[in-house]
Amino acid sequence: MTPEISPIILLLASIFTSNILLANFLGMCSFISISKDLKAANGLGLAVIVVMTITSVINYAVYHYIIVFFEIEYLRFIVFIIVIAAVVQMLEMLIERISPALYMGLGIFLPLITVNCAILGVSLFIQIRDYSLVQAVVYGFGSGVGWWLAILALAAIRKKVDTSPVPAGLKGPGITLIIIGLMAMAFMGFSGMLNVQ
Amino acid sequence: MSLSFLVAPFVVGAISAVMAVIISFIDMLVNNYGEVKLSINSGKRVITVKGGSSLLSSLARQNIFLPSACGGRATCGVCKIKVKSDVGPHLPTELPFLTKEEMRDKIRLSCQIKVKTNLELEIPQELFAIQKYSTAVTSIRNLTPDMREIKLSLKDPEQIDFKAGQYAQFIIPPYGKIKQETQRAYSIASGPGQNSELEFIVRLVPGGIATTYIFTLLKEGDTLDLVAPLGDFRLHGTNEDMLCIAGGSGMAPIKSILFDMSENKITRRNVYYFFGVATPKDLFYQKMFEDLEKKWPSFHFIPAIADVSTDSTWKGETGLVTAALENYLTAKIPKQNPKQAYLCGSPGMINASIKVLTSYNVNQADIYYDKFS
Repeated sequence: MTPEISPIILLLASIFTSNILLANFLGMCSFISISKDLKAANGLGLAVIVVMTITSVINYAVYHYIIVFFEIEYLRFIVFIIVIAAVVQMLEMLIERISPALYMGLGIFLPLITVNCAILGVSLFIQIRDYSLVQAVVYGFGSGVGWWLAILALAAIRKKVDTSPVPAGLKGPGITLIIIGLMAMAFMGFSGMLNVQ
Repeated sequence: MSLSFLVAPFVVGAISAVMAVIISFIDMLVNNYGEVKLSINSGKRVITVKGGSSLLSSLARQNIFLPSACGGRATCGVCKIKVKSDVGPHLPTELPFLTKEEMRDKIRLSCQIKVKTNLELEIPQELFAIQKYSTAVTSIRNLTPDMREIKLSLKDPEQIDFKAGQYAQFIIPPYGKIKQETQRAYSIASGPGQNSELEFIVRLVPGGIATTYIFTLLKEGDTLDLVAPLGDFRLHGTNEDMLCIAGGSGMAPIKSILFDMSENKITRRNVYYFFGVATPKDLFYQKMFEDLEKKWPSFHFIPAIADVSTDSTWKGETGLVTAALENYLTAKIPKQNPKQAYLCGSPGMINASIKVLTSYNVNQADIYYDKFS
């Protein structure tokens, strides 16, 4: 059954309390590798918002009108991945044409979104939680915004950390993982406000 | 019999097919940049190309060949070019190959730049000389069991202008299981005085695509295409003593330089040529260089054989070429003269030689080398 959650609550929940990155720990690899540079992080975050919104809608339609119809629910992982890979490929070509500057910043990182587990995770959550189309759009968009906010915050913090004294053994990935842990704890503070599954 | 088991693969296949069709449709629509003008050296030459592919390959299609050893995979970093127009910031794939000064001078890796709009380029004049030559094989001769001398006469164009020490890129056509054209670099062994026939020395590399082709399929009378002249390994300075060190087919560029000097009567300099091989049967061109010694009193040919156990009559240097080099630097070469070194061979030989040379106070800046890779 479709859960009864108002779109606004779902939007806020997906951005803050069930942030796809900091509550579900999905999409970690690009989160860590691209957050070194604020500009690239911003571009990648925006790309994730677009890809996530589009793929949630397409995968919603594909699931309800094709997968369920043919009774091949057990193949949903493969089908979702195919759709995501194709959408990222199209997005890559379109961005390259429309905004060369954004492409230069993201160029080699865009393929990372294809294998970004957050994107697949969102499509699967929508199907597992049986969201309606409106809820799927809102949840996809909200999760994208949440991911974008999280990577921007991390990139900004890392910029500051770069110029701060960090113990030698913790430089680089070490301190980054600690920061992510602290951020996840901070985001847990939101969980008292709303709780949506 | 029920065919329901076909439903799943059919549906997944159909979804993939639809996605592929949409992608190729977008590709056709979006990746079409139309005709683009490339203006080279402030309009000295303007070429029109179809946009959408890399600058390196767009130029190559117009017969302007920038040096490239890796063929456009951003691993060699030699296809540098100055792009005066704005093509966006440097890509992460370019950064490892560019210095800060080069970035400020708008130097780019041409294999990473996609041609989308009209571009202003700057290409060094000598690169314009680089072009594709069609040649015919006039002679193939075995020098040693795994070394061949190949002579190619130029057909189109019929003459070439190059500097001694430069190399050519052979274009090996697809053969047998090799489905793609392959390019491999070989140093020109003949001197620039001989401008309609080129000599090369090719060593058989077991499993090598180009050398296997040359050793098993290439016959006298066959045609072979090559791109030349490339590289900046050449003679420098005027008076310094020259220490030439080569191993195996590293003979080629050194031979070209030395015979060019002899032909042009640049024979005032003291030249020591250390040539290292593994066993007595690997030695070649010995007589040719002994004859050169007779004509050129200050030239010394010093072959060094690593393993002489099969030939007890050998009177020359034994051991690695670096051992011979050390003997000569210690006892036979005047210490006070300024020295230059010219090295060609395997990376191992070159690194070992540089170590010896620097320990005998030869400046790093006076050591020129052509490393096989």
